[in-house]
Amino acid sequence: MSVEIEARDTDRAPGSHRSSRDRLRSYLVGVALAAVLTAASFAASSSNVVWSPSIPVLLAVLAIAQMGVHLVFFLHISSAPDSTNNVLSLAFGIFVVGLLIFGSMIIMANLNQNMTLNDQMLDMHLQR
Amino acid sequence: MSAAVDVAHSEAPEGAPLSQRGPAPTRVVAAFGFWLFLLSDIILFAALFAAYAVLAGSTNGGPSGADLFNKRHVLYETGCLLASSFTCGMMMIAMDSRSTRLTYLCSLVTAGLGALFLSLEFSEFADMIHGGNGPTRSAFLSAFFALVGTHGIHVTVGIGWLAMMVGQVTTIGFAPMVVRRLFCFSLFWHALDIVWIGVFTVVYLGAYQ
Amino acid sequence: MFGKLSWDAIPLNEPIPLATVFILIIGMSGLLTLVTWKGWWPYLWREWITSTDHKRIGVMYVVLALVMLLRGFADAIMMRMQLALAAGHAAGYLPPEHYNQIFSAHGTIMIFFVAMTFVIGLMNFVLPLQLGVRDVAFPVLNSVSFWLTAAGVLLVNVSLGIGEFARTGWLAYPPLSEIAYSPGVGVDYYLWSLQISGLGTLLSGINLTTTILKLRAPGMGYGRMPVFCWTALASNLLIVAAFPILTATFAMLLLDRYLGFHFFTNDSGGNPMMYVNLIWGWGHPEVYILILPAFGVFSEVIATFSGKPLFGYRSMVMATMAICVLSFLVWLHHFFTMGAGANVNAVFGVATMIIAVPTGVKVFNWLFTMYGGSIRFTTPVYWAIGFMVTFVIGGMTGVLMAIPPADFVLHNSLFLIAHFHNVIIGGVLFGAMAGYTYWFPKAFGFRLHEGLGKAVFWCWLFGFYLAFMPLYALGLMGATRRMQHYADPTWQPFMVAALVGALVILLGIILTIVQLVVSIRTREQRRDLTGDPWDGRTLEWSISSPPPAWNFAVLPTVSGPDAFWSIKRNAPNPAKQSPLEPLRVPTHSPLGLLVSFFAVLLGFSLIWHIWWLALVGLAGAVAVCVRHAWRIDLEDLVSIAEIAAHERKHQTQVFP
Repeated sequence: MSVEIEARDTDRAPGSHRSSRDRLRSYLVGVALAAVLTAASFAASSSNVVWSPSIPVLLAVLAIAQMGVHLVFFLHISSAPDSTNNVLSLAFGIFVVGLLIFGSMIIMANLNQNMTLNDQMLDMHLQR
Repeated sequence: MSAAVDVAHSEAPEGAPLSQRGPAPTRVVAAFGFWLFLLSDIILFAALFAAYAVLAGSTNGGPSGADLFNKRHVLYETGCLLASSFTCGMMMIAMDSRSTRLTYLCSLVTAGLGALFLSLEFSEFADMIHGGNGPTRSAFLSAFFALVGTHGIHVTVGIGWLAMMVGQVTTIGFAPMVVRRLFCFSLFWHALDIVWIGVFTVVYLGAYQ
Repeated sequence: MFGKLSWDAIPLNEPIPLATVFILIIGMSGLLTLVTWKGWWPYLWREWITSTDHKRIGVMYVVLALVMLLRGFADAIMMRMQLALAAGHAAGYLPPEHYNQIFSAHGTIMIFFVAMTFVIGLMNFVLPLQLGVRDVAFPVLNSVSFWLTAAGVLLVNVSLGIGEFARTGWLAYPPLSEIAYSPGVGVDYYLWSLQISGLGTLLSGINLTTTILKLRAPGMGYGRMPVFCWTALASNLLIVAAFPILTATFAMLLLDRYLGFHFFTNDSGGNPMMYVNLIWGWGHPEVYILILPAFGVFSEVIATFSGKPLFGYRSMVMATMAICVLSFLVWLHHFFTMGAGANVNAVFGVATMIIAVPTGVKVFNWLFTMYGGSIRFTTPVYWAIGFMVTFVIGGMTGVLMAIPPADFVLHNSLFLIAHFHNVIIGGVLFGAMAGYTYWFPKAFGFRLHEGLGKAVFWCWLFGFYLAFMPLYALGLMGATRRMQHYADPTWQPFMVAALVGALVILLGIILTIVQLVVSIRTREQRRDLTGDPWDGRTLEWSISSPPPAWNFAVLPTVSGPDAFWSIKRNAPNPAKQSPLEPLRVPTHSPLGLLVSFFAVLLGFSLIWHIWWLALVGLAGAVAVCVRHAWRIDLEDLVSIAEIAAHERKHQTQVFP
């Protein structure tokens, strides 16, 4: 068995220093919240209660909230110093993801808008 | 010019910030490296999401998502994956208490729920393909199958990895190397659930808006 | 049984590839025979091929880069000759379908297998030494990364003799790269080779980012790292963030080609413009991945040879991280003419101009570092000064094209070609050569011949300007890129001048080889006995040249930036050296080579549609990884006696 450097007290992977009971509670709370948010998403999607143009925004908010729940309760992201690198890289990752998805959507919509359609193509386009 | 290092012992002064405490332990290093890999994987999914978002309207005269998707089916899939995330968390607690029996049980349930998710997804894909709505039908369907299919491939690889880890626990026991890898597996499994949140929101529920 | 593969794949009726392959086979056989006859295999296997030592892997990366420079440059000379000849009615000597493969191969090889490889090699070699630690975060993964890159290189070179290469340019835009318009294997060679080496690069990015963030000597907080480590951090973060986009986009194109998907096809709702958008989402960060380490090299070189600390450490770091973030905000400037509206174009045009600002900050900091210093004009400093002038010119032409209306005239013209060669040669290549010369003594224990080094520099400098300044003029006169011949004979003198420039660069490359041979033969005259040939400032110069496998007998404790400089100035007492302990160093591992062997098998069989062989390749790669997972003897023990003997020897050379 290869020898490991002894882990110093503060140098652990994020969240690994907490007690078993804390961890269990974290997972239980997490899964409960996630279940509620999931149910809410599905309900919102087919509901008549919410004003329909706002449903996509509601779904996005619920999704982001649930991702946050996963990150905090399952992946143990925190503001502790041993978590800083993880938080910063996550922020960078989210920045790139956002740019990629929304940037592509904006750019491609802009490009498609400028594609001129002749009559025949317009008919085909409208037929979908 | 001396190259001798004139320190009594290689330790930073007491109370130094974390960034000055010298090389981190292997467990931290491995976990962070794997975290970076997960971020890169999320960006890979983001590219597929971007393609889906752009191409979702290009149905080539064929059916759209609203015509094809079944919300109940997706709810079951989501339930499977969320439950498996929970049992994966339980597996980590079992690992911390070094209980092989509990670890085996939790990993079996996790893998089982993952397999159930995959079979539900497989049946959905099979139905669509049999109905003539496979990935070659339109750009929308290409993007759908690629995005959701890539997620499914990740889940499959995850189950295979979990099986391998159970093998390692059996043959090697809870050596530091095995504990590190199980921890990385749990990060992977939770990340897949995070990606699924995006999938069911944008692809499935989003199709009805 | 063999898919699309048949004897027709060998280009028996094409003299140039055939002759090249023949020469390559003779050369490789000769080399292998020599190695076998001299009995070098056990040494090479144990110490290099299966090495997990970052210093060895770094050297192998650089060797690979230099070898591929020859291949990429051969393509360049062929193109220059063709264009010098093919004016007016003349057809030149390269038919269009060959010319298209040559410019595609030239770009692919130069970016992926010369520039990336060189830069990753330098970072690999230097980072653990500058950070004061023993190796990178994941040594076995490091070896896997290198061999996966080599696998990509092998596939590209195999395409010369078996089949063909892509004719689509180095980014393979659809619909041309779709199966309908490129039914041959060329695009598949391109895609699989880059997917495999791209995986290696991604793993390398993860490895080096983790190393910089989690493995530093005690006391080396972020504000005490050398600036090269900061630029390497930014570059590797960009690798981790950008390469998945490349992987995903190529995967989508592969799905289109192999399984009839419709991401980028002309029909069934596909959108080829989406490919251009996504690929440049990778492509722009890619060029910053290349240039940032070069900036880091120059920061080190200029500070060391000016005898002063680098001016403006904090602003350098901030400029570096600003470039890292901003590099994701400009990608549309590669396709201004694709049809986005004026508003969208304007946003990206402005963003592109903004990104020039942090680079300007860096240039001023370098100049202020030199000002008031006692400068030693060594070869690396020549490269640095040449870089500062050349890169600034290239940057300015870039900012010029950042204005969308100007770009509408200049997009895909030879002006664009001149611009990016200006920044890549003036920036990345000059930086690579500076780093190569600067760290060569650390790697091998003796300095390179100085006079020949300067001759190489002058050849590259003059050759570059002679080769590419005419191209700026031609671009403004209306010449487009990737043309195999042109109608206007008044362009020919410019093309001839460009050819002469390329020949001057060729002389530079030849002299690089001569320099290496001469330096090796006369190495005793330029031995680096103390490990500090340049009176350096950073930790890599505190250990012997070449360093032992374990780098540092005792990890140094760092109390400020320019750690080695303060150690030297405080005149340490050797008697206070701390007690030695036995060390564990990562042992060698064949995993990298084995995974890559199966990757080549997988790639080749997918290219030629030999499905059963592809399964064998995939299964083999997985099996080898699973087998490795059970290895527990991953480290070698180094005894105190061995460490002490090495330290004593080094001490007596430093204090003779």
